[in-house]
Amino acid sequence: MYLVLFLFFGGLCVAGALNLLLQRHPINSALSLIVVMSSLAVLYLLLGAEFLAAAQVIVYSGAIMVLFTFVIMLLNAGKEEHTQGSHAAYIVGVPGVAVLVCLLSFIFLSERGRLAQARLGEYVVSTSDLSRVLFRDLLLPFEVTSLLILVAILGAVALAGKDH
Amino acid sequence: MTVPIAYYLVLSAILFAIGAGAFLIKRNIITVFMAIELMLNAVNLAFVAFAHQWHKVQGQIFVFFVMVVAAAEAAVGLAIIIAIFRARSTLNVDQVNLMKL
Amino acid sequence: MTPNSSLHLWLIPVLPFVGFLLNGLLGRHLPKGAVTTIALLFTAAPLAMVTGIAVRFGGLSLPYIEHLSMPWIETSAFRADFSFMLDQLTLVMLLVVTGVGFLIHIYSIGYMAHEDGYWRYFSYLNLFMFFMLTLVLAENFLLMFVGWEGVGLASYLLIGFYYTRDSAADAGKKAFILNRIGDVGFLLAMFLMIAHFGSLSYGSVFGSIAQHPEMQGGFLTAIALLLLLGATGKSAQIPLYVWLPDAMEGPTPVSALIHAATMVTAGVYMVVRSHVLFDRSPFALGVVAIIGAATALFAATMGMVQTDIKRVLAYSTISQLGYMFLACGATAYAAGIFHLVTHAFFKGLLFLAAGSVIHAMGGEQDMRVMGGLRKTIPVTFWTMSAAVFAISGLPPFAGFFSKDAILYQAFLSPTAGPILWFIGLFTALLTAFYMFRLWYLTFFGESRSRDVHPHDSPWVMLGPMAILAVLSLIGGWIGIPKALGGGDQFAHFLEPVVGTPAGSASGGNSQELLFSALSVVMALIGWFIADLMYRQKPGMADKLAARLSAVYTLLFNKYWIDQIYQGVIVAPLLFLSRYLLWGAVDRGVITGGGSLAAGGVRGLGALVQRVQSGNIRSYAGWLAVGAAALILITYFGFSMHV
Repeated sequence: MYLVLFLFFGGLCVAGALNLLLQRHPINSALSLIVVMSSLAVLYLLLGAEFLAAAQVIVYSGAIMVLFTFVIMLLNAGKEEHTQGSHAAYIVGVPGVAVLVCLLSFIFLSERGRLAQARLGEYVVSTSDLSRVLFRDLLLPFEVTSLLILVAILGAVALAGKDH
Repeated sequence: MTVPIAYYLVLSAILFAIGAGAFLIKRNIITVFMAIELMLNAVNLAFVAFAHQWHKVQGQIFVFFVMVVAAAEAAVGLAIIIAIFRARSTLNVDQVNLMKL
Repeated sequence: MTPNSSLHLWLIPVLPFVGFLLNGLLGRHLPKGAVTTIALLFTAAPLAMVTGIAVRFGGLSLPYIEHLSMPWIETSAFRADFSFMLDQLTLVMLLVVTGVGFLIHIYSIGYMAHEDGYWRYFSYLNLFMFFMLTLVLAENFLLMFVGWEGVGLASYLLIGFYYTRDSAADAGKKAFILNRIGDVGFLLAMFLMIAHFGSLSYGSVFGSIAQHPEMQGGFLTAIALLLLLGATGKSAQIPLYVWLPDAMEGPTPVSALIHAATMVTAGVYMVVRSHVLFDRSPFALGVVAIIGAATALFAATMGMVQTDIKRVLAYSTISQLGYMFLACGATAYAAGIFHLVTHAFFKGLLFLAAGSVIHAMGGEQDMRVMGGLRKTIPVTFWTMSAAVFAISGLPPFAGFFSKDAILYQAFLSPTAGPILWFIGLFTALLTAFYMFRLWYLTFFGESRSRDVHPHDSPWVMLGPMAILAVLSLIGGWIGIPKALGGGDQFAHFLEPVVGTPAGSASGGNSQELLFSALSVVMALIGWFIADLMYRQKPGMADKLAARLSAVYTLLFNKYWIDQIYQGVIVAPLLFLSRYLLWGAVDRGVITGGGSLAAGGVRGLGALVQRVQSGNIRSYAGWLAVGAAALILITYFGFSMHV
């Protein structure tokens, strides 16, 4: 059962990602990406990360992807043109990526013995566990991150605002 | 029923590769940016998988921080894309090459 | 160290050097009188010092050595100091250099009076004095070499004094280059000395040789022959003599001082100073003697047909230097030095008188347009005659005693004595011939030039000439041999330094008298032939030249030696330098190598530049490859060692 769920939602992730790659219109790619995000949220749930699953849906699918959609709409991005800008990307990059994925897969699968098995419900992290560590041991990074968000807001406003 | 953690990691690797491939192949800036988000998500999956493996919550906290940073980065990145569009009137990555030597 | 107070030998060379600096740096702006005063003062001062030393000479313990406290070369393997030495030989050389040098300085005041480079001339002359005195006073071969090179430099500067003339500049270069060729020999000899004796100081080298009677031949011969090579360069012997005739491009007082009295005798001095070394190598002595005799004859034959008055004297100098080397080869070192001294007197005078003649003729040097000057420039005539008699070896003039001593000792020498003696005797005949030829052509007969109105030179020029004329007459009387009733004082004076000649024990008084008579007869025959050809029957010379045209052409063209050297040595060297060394190596290898490296870097840079395309996707492509490589290395590289 667990395996079925994993395979289904994992396949959905991969399908969405491939669709992102293959679609020509950016809005289609954006919608595919939302599918990927949501499937990933389910996978987090399967791994016992309740809070993260919720955060994934709220932050990623709900905010970031909406932002993307708004920008696509704002800029009226149309179908992609066919420009041939770089040979290196195809000749060197794609084989490089292929090697990368094969290598990583090989490594992970050959070390299968040392990695554990995941059981449904085996290790569920409650929000209180998460927040206990976050606000106690890692308070400083937390505060710094909030500062980062502030800077990002200011930056976005400054960059995107109209020039007067 | 169990699923080996290795499968989660392999899935993460596949997603990462697709994201990188999309980064290389696509010509629209916004699509390229979305591919970056995909790569980040793939890494998040790997972190959560390892957090499950070692029964440590720090893995998930790291994911939390990645999400925060990704959000901030998305905001600023899109603002930059808007600025570029205003300057060059194009969303084609190949035409944003003023840094050529 | 002497119990007396220090003699301050170092001042003797340094004083002219100060004069050189003053005249060289300031002379351009000083009035002529000031330049003259400086030059004379810093030449008279060493003369005064030397005279003072000569007066005190009996009371000194010899050899007197003075070390300057300033260190020179101090390594664990080798050491050289600024040391000066005084002994009998040094004193003789010092008197000649400072005395004749001072006289020629005075003469130059008159001769160079109208020159623009007056101050430059005197500064160079003082520089020459500095180096020559260093050479003579040095206590080790290295300091002597400094002086040796320095006089070569001064010679170059003075030969090329009229630097606007191409011929003068070329002559200066030729002199310097030929000197340098000889100096290679000198340097190699010094290296061998360091290798075998560990030092270049006279005391160490000669002391070692004296303490080891078993040292004979072998490397000592090598050292001696290499030193001889240096001497042939400096003293214009075969094969390196060709620079001396060309050196006549310089002003006449320069020819008198440097190319007659002092610099060219440095080679003879060096051989005599190193006699301890030469004595151990009979082979080297034989070579010295043969070169000396051959050069004497060779140069005399060429002097017979020259038409330029200074060229005749140049070849005569080469010939007389050959006599000195002949003496050294026969181990009659004292006789060689004796001839050096008398030669300084009469050859210096000959050049000064020739300068006076040229001055009177308004710059003309060709004897064919001279004549009858006996009546118009009498003082010059009488002084020059004294010199002509001296060089021809007629008693009681100086040349007779010195030349006789050489010829007699040559006869007694163990290597081919009689042959060398005969060559020397025949050369004496030729010497008398060409000197009297010069005498007649210049002073006798009718004047063959129309426009010049010769007048005698000012007394500032005639004074030194007169003094040298007196010395040419009486200068030989310090060495009158026992056979003629004298005490042979000169040879005895030098005996502590140079020893006695090898063959001196075997001869007898009557034999010596016979030889003296023979050489006088030869001189008279030469005079008679010259008288016949140039005074009694003036056209005879030309007819004889036409009859023996082949011989005459050979002699007139100086055996084409200059051309042979040019073709065999100079032209290939120039070709090698121009095409091989400059064209192939310098332009091709060095410049080309540099260009190649630069081109390579440029090409590589251009290649790498293409990565910076400005295209994000290509950057990403390379990133992907890099990431894959990193993971590869990390996993497989490290997992091996885990």
